[in-house]
Amino acid sequence: MSTVHSPSTGTTVSPTDHGHAVAVGGRAPRSSRQVAEFLSTYVFSKDHKVIGLQFLFSTLLWFLIGGLLALAVRWQIAWPWSQVPVLGKLFAQEGGQMAPEFYTMLFTMHATVMIFLVIIPILAGAFGNFLIPLMIGADDMAFPTLNMLSYWFMWPAFLCFGASFFVEGGAASGGWTSYPPLSTNVAASPGSGMGQTLWLLGLTFVGVSSMLGSVNYMTTIILMRAPGMTMFRLPMTIWAMFITAVLQAFALPVLTAAGFMQLSDRMLGTGFFNPEGNVVNNLLTSTGGGHPILWQHLFWFYSHPAVYIMILPAMGMVSDILTVFARKPLFGYRPMVYSIAGIAGLGFIVWGHHMFVSGMNPALGITFMVSTMMIALPSAVKTFNWLGTLWGGKIQFTTAMLFAVSFVSMFIIGGLSGIFMAATPVDIFIHDTYFIVAHFHYVLFAGTAMGVWAGIYYWFPKMFGRLMNEFWGKVHFFLTFVFLNGTFFTMHILGAVGFPRRLADAYHYETFHHLQPLNAFMTWCAIGMVATQIIFAVNFVWSMFYGPVAGRNPWNANTLEWTAPSPPGHGNFDFQPIVHRGPYEYSVPGCEKDHLMQTDPPDARAAALASAH
Amino acid sequence: MGNRLAGIFWSLLFLAVPVLGVATFVVGPLYDIWLPKDVSVHGRSIDSLFYFILVLTGVVFVVTEVLLFWFLWKYDAARPNPVAAFIHGSHTLEVVWTIIPAATLLFLSIYQMNTWADVKMRRPRIPPTVEVVARQFEWRLRYPGRDGELGTPDDLFLVNDLHVPVDEEVLVQLKSMDVLHSFFLPNLRIKQDAVPGMKTPVWFKATEVGQYDIVCAELCGWGHYKMKGRITVDTREDYERWLEEIEARQEATQPEPVAEVAGQ
Repeated sequence: MSTVHSPSTGTTVSPTDHGHAVAVGGRAPRSSRQVAEFLSTYVFSKDHKVIGLQFLFSTLLWFLIGGLLALAVRWQIAWPWSQVPVLGKLFAQEGGQMAPEFYTMLFTMHATVMIFLVIIPILAGAFGNFLIPLMIGADDMAFPTLNMLSYWFMWPAFLCFGASFFVEGGAASGGWTSYPPLSTNVAASPGSGMGQTLWLLGLTFVGVSSMLGSVNYMTTIILMRAPGMTMFRLPMTIWAMFITAVLQAFALPVLTAAGFMQLSDRMLGTGFFNPEGNVVNNLLTSTGGGHPILWQHLFWFYSHPAVYIMILPAMGMVSDILTVFARKPLFGYRPMVYSIAGIAGLGFIVWGHHMFVSGMNPALGITFMVSTMMIALPSAVKTFNWLGTLWGGKIQFTTAMLFAVSFVSMFIIGGLSGIFMAATPVDIFIHDTYFIVAHFHYVLFAGTAMGVWAGIYYWFPKMFGRLMNEFWGKVHFFLTFVFLNGTFFTMHILGAVGFPRRLADAYHYETFHHLQPLNAFMTWCAIGMVATQIIFAVNFVWSMFYGPVAGRNPWNANTLEWTAPSPPGHGNFDFQPIVHRGPYEYSVPGCEKDHLMQTDPPDARAAALASAH
Repeated sequence: MGNRLAGIFWSLLFLAVPVLGVATFVVGPLYDIWLPKDVSVHGRSIDSLFYFILVLTGVVFVVTEVLLFWFLWKYDAARPNPVAAFIHGSHTLEVVWTIIPAATLLFLSIYQMNTWADVKMRRPRIPPTVEVVARQFEWRLRYPGRDGELGTPDDLFLVNDLHVPVDEEVLVQLKSMDVLHSFFLPNLRIKQDAVPGMKTPVWFKATEVGQYDIVCAELCGWGHYKMKGRITVDTREDYERWLEEIEARQEATQPEPVAEVAGQ
């Protein structure tokens, strides 16, 4: 694909005309100058699109690793102490059966990989980078070098987390929340040794990367919008990215500080999180005077807003995709923007709902319950507006649309199940059971991951100039949708029994002994779900090279990225985009084509409306 | 444009979500995959709140999911002569669907407060029935003995085998020796983290004689899964008889408890 023919403009666009386009089929470098050029073009690139794709490829690979870790976890839950296929070779001495400390490490690293190396970087890093300049009509980010660094700071994190599997004692095994004193005392658990130190370092590098990105996104969105692009003409994707960047900028420093405090507890002998005279595994902690709950406050002060960092961008992308394939303006644009802002604002005062039974003052629990109940409100408003967007539309069932609709359908479940946990008395029973596991998988997998797939199918033509295969896309959607509900919906009733999370084997309890068959069913669904992703991987790679050529605007969408060539060259636009209207003018009455792009001249709409009357 | 059959297929798939969703919650209890038997006074009010939220969210779930299905079904572009409405929103609707959920959610949180206060804030004014000290990976128990005071020479020590009297207020003093644990009694709807450096009071009133599980619900290391205890709810007479038995057994193995105290 050295040239891309663009049917909508009738011109032939060569990647070389626009400097470096997207790295597909680059020629092998010969001389050292070519090597340098290759490195600066494809490796240490400062082009936001290349950086976005670097984030995309890296996070998709980690997505695979995180998924396989989940399968190993599910295997142990369904058939505890049985011989593990493939992985069993690692523990040949134990007859192929998994040790409990290995299981503990698996779920810790599954969550860590999925949250810090997949969801956060794929939303902000991959989609944020690729889409922000294109959708606001800028030629690149405000700080291209910072942007490059934000990707390359992920690599030390990849190395820290990756290497931790191979150090003595294995990777971190204190849960992704790393509650002390389990995580601060080397004697407490095999994974609390070098693995935990590397975990904390990896976390810090992810934090640095996110911070560099968030500063860049805020500056770019505020300062580099195309002429005519007012804040209230921004597509929802950009609003969501903007507010996410604000959340990151304000919440992350707390986590970074807390991470360093835990590192210094571990390595310098301080006692921020260790109480006086604590004896772990028959070893007296040398320092004390701290408090384990302090960590929980600091950790959740970041990690609760982080939950919204992990869903708001997906909400933005889904809002845009729904309008395109419903051929209808977004229902309630301003309420949608205000509710994202509301979620972000309230997101800073709800962290205590993770700590209702932690020993925190129960009176404080009441205030956190009220704020947590209230954060359901903007989410409800968003859901009603998505339904309003579909109502009266002209719905096209493309793969991207199916994933976007399923985001709405699944987010309803994830949102409603949250209310159970927000209610403090009910939370006493379902806290740390599979009910919460169901809840956050509905938000993060059935919500965010489905939103990410919607985004990939939708923007793939802009990224690579080619469309993905729709038939196999729909097969991928159907199977993922069915298997994900088989895996996660059943977790609700498992949680209703009180089935606790993070137990290597719970069937020796009288209360839970009859739950193995249900768990086996869920594991089969999980295996199906991961296997289905082979279809996606093949479709993705095949379409990059052999998919039908897309042209500039294959979906007849309105936003600015669709006025640029596919894929856009260096500098993005071959003309200066000037914005005349909001992003959602679909099915304008009397208009010849059923959409008015943001760049269409102003008289187009006036003429359309005049002829309608 | 497009195929009407495809639209029918995909809308029905989304209709399957509320149908199978509700079915799961109906079939689960048939196979005993549901709230475990409740044997406490607090448990009754916690369960009724659970059912209240279940009904409320269940209705919202079914209504919104069916609407979603209906819109996909009805507004399929493959229907003849599709026309999309050119509507940017409705101020009235926004106000309605902001105020109604806001009022409902506020009511819901106020409605919870009394139960929460009963379970976690209105501590009974009685001396501790037993001290539970969590440790990797066991529950160490300490009964006050005849003098009714903890920390005296006649204290009784046990591991993982908790006995309490039925129909009486029980106050547990919860502590941890090493890392975080969580004292989880599924049948009594009790869960409380044990935090090293803290003494956390936990209270309940069991309503039925029997044996139930004690589960650790906060990750505490590799042996977390096996940190299992047992709570036996006895009648007053059985409870006293059991205490005497324990006392007798302890005296037999500890001939001179007084000397130990003198050495401290």
